[in-house]
Amino acid sequence: MTVYLVRRLLQALLVVLAMSLIVFIGVYAIGDPVEILISPDADQIERERAVQALGLDLPLWQQYAVFLTKALQGDLGRSFVYNEPALKLILQRMPATMELAFGATIFALIIGLPLGLYAGLRPNSRFSRVIMASSILGFSLPTFWVGLMLIMVFAVYLGWLPSTGRGDTGTLLGMQWSFLTWDGLRHMAMPALNLSLFKISLVIRLTRAGVRETMLMDYVKFARAKGLSPARVTFVHVFKNILIPVVTVVGLELGSTIAFSVVTESVFAWPGMGKLIIDSINVLDRPVIVAYLMLIVLMFIAINLIVDLTYSMLDPRVRLESKGT
Amino acid sequence: MNMTAPTLEVRDLKTHFFTRAGVVKAVDGVSFSVGRGKVMGLVGESGSGKSVTGFSIIGLVDPPGRIAGGSILFQGRDLAKLSEEEMRDLRGNRIAMIFQDPMMTLNPVLRIDTQMIETVLAHKKVSKEEARQRARDTLGMVGIPSPDERLKAYPHQFSGGMRQRVAIAIALLHEPQLIIADEPTTALDVTIQGQILAEVQKLCATTGTSMIWITHDLSVVAGLADDIAVMYAGRIVEKGVVGEVLDRPLHPYTHGLIGSVPSRNKRGEALRQIPGMTPSLLNLPPGCAFRSRCPRASEACLTEPLLAEILPGREARCVHPHLEAPEAA
Amino acid sequence: MSDAVIPGKIADKVETPFRRFVSEFAESKVALGALVVFIIITLLAIFAPWITPQNPYDLAELDIMDGRMEPGTVGGAGFTYWLGTDDQGRDMLSGIIYGLRISLTVGAGSALIACLIGASLGLLAAYAGGRTDSVIMRLVDLQLSFPTILAALMILAFLGKGIMNVVIALVLVEWAYYARTVRGTALVERRREYIEAAQCLALPTHRVLFRHLLPNCLPPLIVVGTMQVARAIALEATLSFLGLGVPITEPSLGLLIANGYEYMLSGKYWISFYPGIALLITIVSINLVGDQLRDVLNPRLKK
Repeated sequence: MTVYLVRRLLQALLVVLAMSLIVFIGVYAIGDPVEILISPDADQIERERAVQALGLDLPLWQQYAVFLTKALQGDLGRSFVYNEPALKLILQRMPATMELAFGATIFALIIGLPLGLYAGLRPNSRFSRVIMASSILGFSLPTFWVGLMLIMVFAVYLGWLPSTGRGDTGTLLGMQWSFLTWDGLRHMAMPALNLSLFKISLVIRLTRAGVRETMLMDYVKFARAKGLSPARVTFVHVFKNILIPVVTVVGLELGSTIAFSVVTESVFAWPGMGKLIIDSINVLDRPVIVAYLMLIVLMFIAINLIVDLTYSMLDPRVRLESKGT
Repeated sequence: MNMTAPTLEVRDLKTHFFTRAGVVKAVDGVSFSVGRGKVMGLVGESGSGKSVTGFSIIGLVDPPGRIAGGSILFQGRDLAKLSEEEMRDLRGNRIAMIFQDPMMTLNPVLRIDTQMIETVLAHKKVSKEEARQRARDTLGMVGIPSPDERLKAYPHQFSGGMRQRVAIAIALLHEPQLIIADEPTTALDVTIQGQILAEVQKLCATTGTSMIWITHDLSVVAGLADDIAVMYAGRIVEKGVVGEVLDRPLHPYTHGLIGSVPSRNKRGEALRQIPGMTPSLLNLPPGCAFRSRCPRASEACLTEPLLAEILPGREARCVHPHLEAPEAA
Repeated sequence: MSDAVIPGKIADKVETPFRRFVSEFAESKVALGALVVFIIITLLAIFAPWITPQNPYDLAELDIMDGRMEPGTVGGAGFTYWLGTDDQGRDMLSGIIYGLRISLTVGAGSALIACLIGASLGLLAAYAGGRTDSVIMRLVDLQLSFPTILAALMILAFLGKGIMNVVIALVLVEWAYYARTVRGTALVERRREYIEAAQCLALPTHRVLFRHLLPNCLPPLIVVGTMQVARAIALEATLSFLGLGVPITEPSLGLLIANGYEYMLSGKYWISFYPGIALLITIVSINLVGDQLRDVLNPRLKK
């Protein structure tokens, strides 16, 4: 297990290094770093001083070393717009994005699992066909447009939910969370649902495929031959087997949910990391862009690692193999 | 209860699959009976309907298949007419089943104790501790060493033979009157196969459990079964006491099957084989289903022969049975 | 006279792979309907200048006085705005048909370029094997482990906004799917006898690759390609909606939707609603066609 963990960590480190190189080349080689890293309002003297301060007159590999060292110290530059460390700026917005992504994941599971289970157990019923047709729609619908339509129906015409913003927040662990207040929850409902649409479809499809495959397995037939109740066969013998792939995918999807929250946050003016990055791209606040990219790469690698470990804990077969290595 | 009445009597069982391409008559008019404490060997090639017969008895035929006719009398009750609830009460309790592939019959994500205790609790109102006790005893009975530790294991930690023993233990938890064994030793090594056969034989003899042993392996049937029924294309083509059928097969198909067992042939002599393949059960042509592969086929085979008593106690479904003296072996 | 008829009849009965493909595809009425819808959309986009009542990109034709009119209103130019107008007095119907043009061009164009690059790299990886293979496949893994939107954002952040940059971003995001597909199929095909035979004949490598190996990798490539066109269209719309795509003077569907955002809050739904419907119909029809293609072209599903 330890060997396995160390190997996975080394792999992760390698990917982080590769990505930092890509971001570095993106910023320093493709674009003009002076233009990217120094405020466009700076005059000639300020510019030259900055070039020297940033070490832009050094050879490229030395610049990369400096970039890496600074990044390791948590220094990813200062925002031109807010004049604050870029990393701090992003970390402030992180709770908003995280709670949105978790909300979407919960939506996806509580809506997707039962529907997928039903569609898998009764593949030929009319309701199952409706479920599957809707899931195709869920894959095809452009997220941002659905978000607009949600606002139109629930905020403009029905007036049930607030259209944009985060609402009241409560404090937990020194961070601001919307899910702690009723007003915050009302603000969160639509964006979370919007963000979860794609994932609901995904969970439905995975669950249905898993149920259909598992139902054909001998061990399910054997469970029935033991005289177990249909409920026990479905929820213990079938469901536990399906949970493994679904949990894996939903876990892996957490990363892409955070990435796709860029769109949802823009639609609902949700003040998270995604909204910040779009605003930053629009005003060319590049230190924030670089910091965001590096942070999300790290996050992705961490999520992949955690999912792998969770997976090995859920499936006894994987657990044994990794013990052996 | 009448002690001489058979445990199970299947009469004219028809199990059909209603597919989009047409009706597949997987089991088409099968009759046989199994006496108390007896082992019945149900023999046939894959696709002959022998497994479907087993699933029909235990009531686990999945749509689009269903029992289309006939009766299954188990201790005087017709299983074909029972509700799903009543069937579930019998399954795993009075009638148990063992499957072919021990690698696939145990749920990989549940521990052995979970899978055994749930079976006990499905039919008996006992405490979890009593159920565990019962599970432990049964595991010991089928020859699994240190059952206490093994209960906490997952299926993948067992070898194939051990897994099949666990599956047999699960089948024995409620001391059923009938066990349907669907090729339970096919996937195992020959030595393990022998051990398990010996165990099963002993268990049947001591508990009075009847058994239907589904297989394509005649040598297994020869050593284990009391009676034998040979199936071909959804029908029984020959049945009788095991020794007589194997020594003097009447139906050309049985004859061919025995001829293709290597041990029964002389060294140096070419193995005999049955030419051709099992016919598709979809749109089976009228007449004897075996006639296209049969060396004895004639015009008369175009009409379907009935299962008739050809010799005393010997039934076969053939117009040209092997009545000549058995070949010198 | 009858001689002329008979060859035709015989030809009807000869089952070419293409004929079988067509008849199998037509088995699903839904897919056939989707194909028809998609063809109509494509024709609308191609012939936009002759169909639309207005050139929505020509500011001289727009009348600001006709801004934000409801669907069905007759405007100052004398024709009816069936789907209403946007804030600049642009006829929504014309805007949508012209927007489809951009969406389809960007979607199909980027998919095509990505396909060329990805398929070549995939083929190379499968054929060369060894280090080439592992380098290409590591790149594919890296690419596929990041969500498309993020990769596209990253590229646009480096290159800046603009339609060409969107195409570049889409290509860079999508090539990996093609590479993986082609490599997978090519690895299987490589071991077949006909490739060995071609190699024994000492045919030049490029001939073995493109004349023998590639045609056999086409079916999965077509399926992936179809789905990727839909994805590219959706992604382009999303990027344009976020303001990172096409310029505001020549709006694509995504930008039209974005333009309607602020007016929607005051109940003027049509500016965002109809372009979204057009986008939805386009994507759904392509996906349905792709689904059926997969069923028909996938040998595993054939019985």
